[in-house]
Amino acid sequence: MNAGSPPATAQGTRTQCTGGLVADDFISFSKVTKDFGSLRVVEDLELDIAQGEFVSLLGPSGSGKTTLLMMLAGFETVTGGEIRLDGQRINDLPTYKRDMGVVFQNYALFPHMTAAKNVAFPLEMRGTPRAEVADRVARALEMVKLGPFAGRLPIQLSGGQQQRVALARALVFEPRVVLMDEPLGALDKQLREQMQLDIRELHHRLGLTIIFVTHDQDEALTMSDRIAVFNQGQIQQCAPPRHVYDSPANRFVAEFIGETNLLAGKVRAIDGRAITFALPDGSICRARGVPGLAPGAEALLSLRPERIGIGAADAAIDGPNIARGEIADIIYQGDHLRVVIDSSVGRLVAQLGRKDAEWTPGAKVAVSFDEADGWVIAP
Amino acid sequence: MKLARAIYAALIIFFLVAPLLVILPLAFTSSAFLTYPIPSFSLRWFEELVVRSVWSRAILNSLIIAGSTTVLATALGTLAALGLRSLGLGLRGQIQTLFLLPMVVPAVVLGVGMQAIFVRVGINSTYFSVIAAHTVIAIPFVLISVSGALAGIDPRVERAAESLGASPPRVFALVTLPLAMPGVLSGAALAFATSLDEVVLTLFVAGPNQRTLARQMFSSLRENISPAIASAAFIIIVGTVLVAAALLLLRRKRA
Repeated sequence: MNAGSPPATAQGTRTQCTGGLVADDFISFSKVTKDFGSLRVVEDLELDIAQGEFVSLLGPSGSGKTTLLMMLAGFETVTGGEIRLDGQRINDLPTYKRDMGVVFQNYALFPHMTAAKNVAFPLEMRGTPRAEVADRVARALEMVKLGPFAGRLPIQLSGGQQQRVALARALVFEPRVVLMDEPLGALDKQLREQMQLDIRELHHRLGLTIIFVTHDQDEALTMSDRIAVFNQGQIQQCAPPRHVYDSPANRFVAEFIGETNLLAGKVRAIDGRAITFALPDGSICRARGVPGLAPGAEALLSLRPERIGIGAADAAIDGPNIARGEIADIIYQGDHLRVVIDSSVGRLVAQLGRKDAEWTPGAKVAVSFDEADGWVIAP
Repeated sequence: MKLARAIYAALIIFFLVAPLLVILPLAFTSSAFLTYPIPSFSLRWFEELVVRSVWSRAILNSLIIAGSTTVLATALGTLAALGLRSLGLGLRGQIQTLFLLPMVVPAVVLGVGMQAIFVRVGINSTYFSVIAAHTVIAIPFVLISVSGALAGIDPRVERAAESLGASPPRVFALVTLPLAMPGVLSGAALAFATSLDEVVLTLFVAGPNQRTLARQMFSSLRENISPAIASAAFIIIVGTVLVAAALLLLRRKRA
């Protein structure tokens, strides 16, 4: 298979979703629109994907992510705009000529064929010599650790095994792109996490270009080079996982990825990257934020629960980024504690390690956060 | 309660097969009449079926007509089911109803209409007219059976095949058709049985040369009630059971 490491651009430095036809734009969507009757499900969408890149399309159901994948696979027509693969316009190219491996959520194995026959199918469609087919099928099944199950029919395999057969079938013919439509959605949690690591490993080892549709943010964070966050037919942000989580582009992204506390306030001043933010109770804090904010504008401060620190109310020194409050509730979550605090700036949810278990509801506390951990976005 | 249920089930089954139980033993009577008691066991009426040309001819006719009907109805019914499947939901229901009409319309009405058309075109009382008439009433059975099988196919499986490089004709040949095959086969069996059994239409559109077994039984009942009818019925039943058994076997082999 296509050995070698993916190009450097795939490693997570790109934050732009669009960039015109640069050399490394292996797949590009430009101004892509899709209507179902009078309903517009994808609107003027721009997305460029480099060869060897793992891009997740993440969003709630009905956000257009699956439709985009179906257009790329050729199962849905494109209403407007253009999809290019390796420089070639593929809007009207029939699915079977696109050379893309598709993995479906329900596996979509051929029920009347054994695992080996399923995997051999794409090779036989390409007229691969018989001896080579047998060899490659064996290797592909080995790769997904299903060698001993080659002769089984799909109904004789468990869900996880079926999905691995589907994976082998989508990879065995070395497609130019692998498309995955919520492939792990039907598996239980443990198996899902194992498969995430397996797919991630295959991606690195084989240098595959993978487009992965999911509504599970953990899955997207675990596996992707970049995450494209979808809502209402548009990409809200497209960036590496760390960037999407730490520096969400807007309120939707901040709330959809992970959990966050949103505090309404006003931008007081901007100095380079540092933003001075005024909370309604009059307190001032310093944080970072999205570009394009103006002093005096209404804005939201996003605070991740795990970035909030708690200290004893009397021990804390005064200063910016500190508020006082009282613990309303503590919820034990196994590996961490969720602490609900009624503070002077509003209700906050903080996430603490188990060592902080000495806090009890009713305790007066001071909450604080690092300047680099607060993130200001437009309301 | 359990006993009551068992008795009830036994009664229903008896009700269903009693006519067969009455007629089948008479196929082996040595008497010249279709009545009980049976004096002694004999195969003379089977011999009569083979030797008397009206009967042997009728059996041959039935095989030719039922065979052709099966091929035609299966092909057309399967195509219709495939076409309906690709239609939008609204239109599908209406057109399907249209296709099923021959099942609902009384055979006499169909027969009169067909005879009128066939006579005008000048092809009444030919094998073609009988086969065409039988095909019309056999198609709904194939359509229902194949539609059922197609409904059980996940369209994503076909999409998967296409994404793996199979052109639409190959998707059909390698995925859709094999998966629909059980439905096609039961449709074919039903079409065969329908044709074998059909009398009313045959009365209208067949001439003396297309006398089928069912038709021959029907007319010989009026002329002279000979036990040859029972023997013919025996052959039809055994034939039907064999076809059904072969189907079951085929299906089990696939599963």
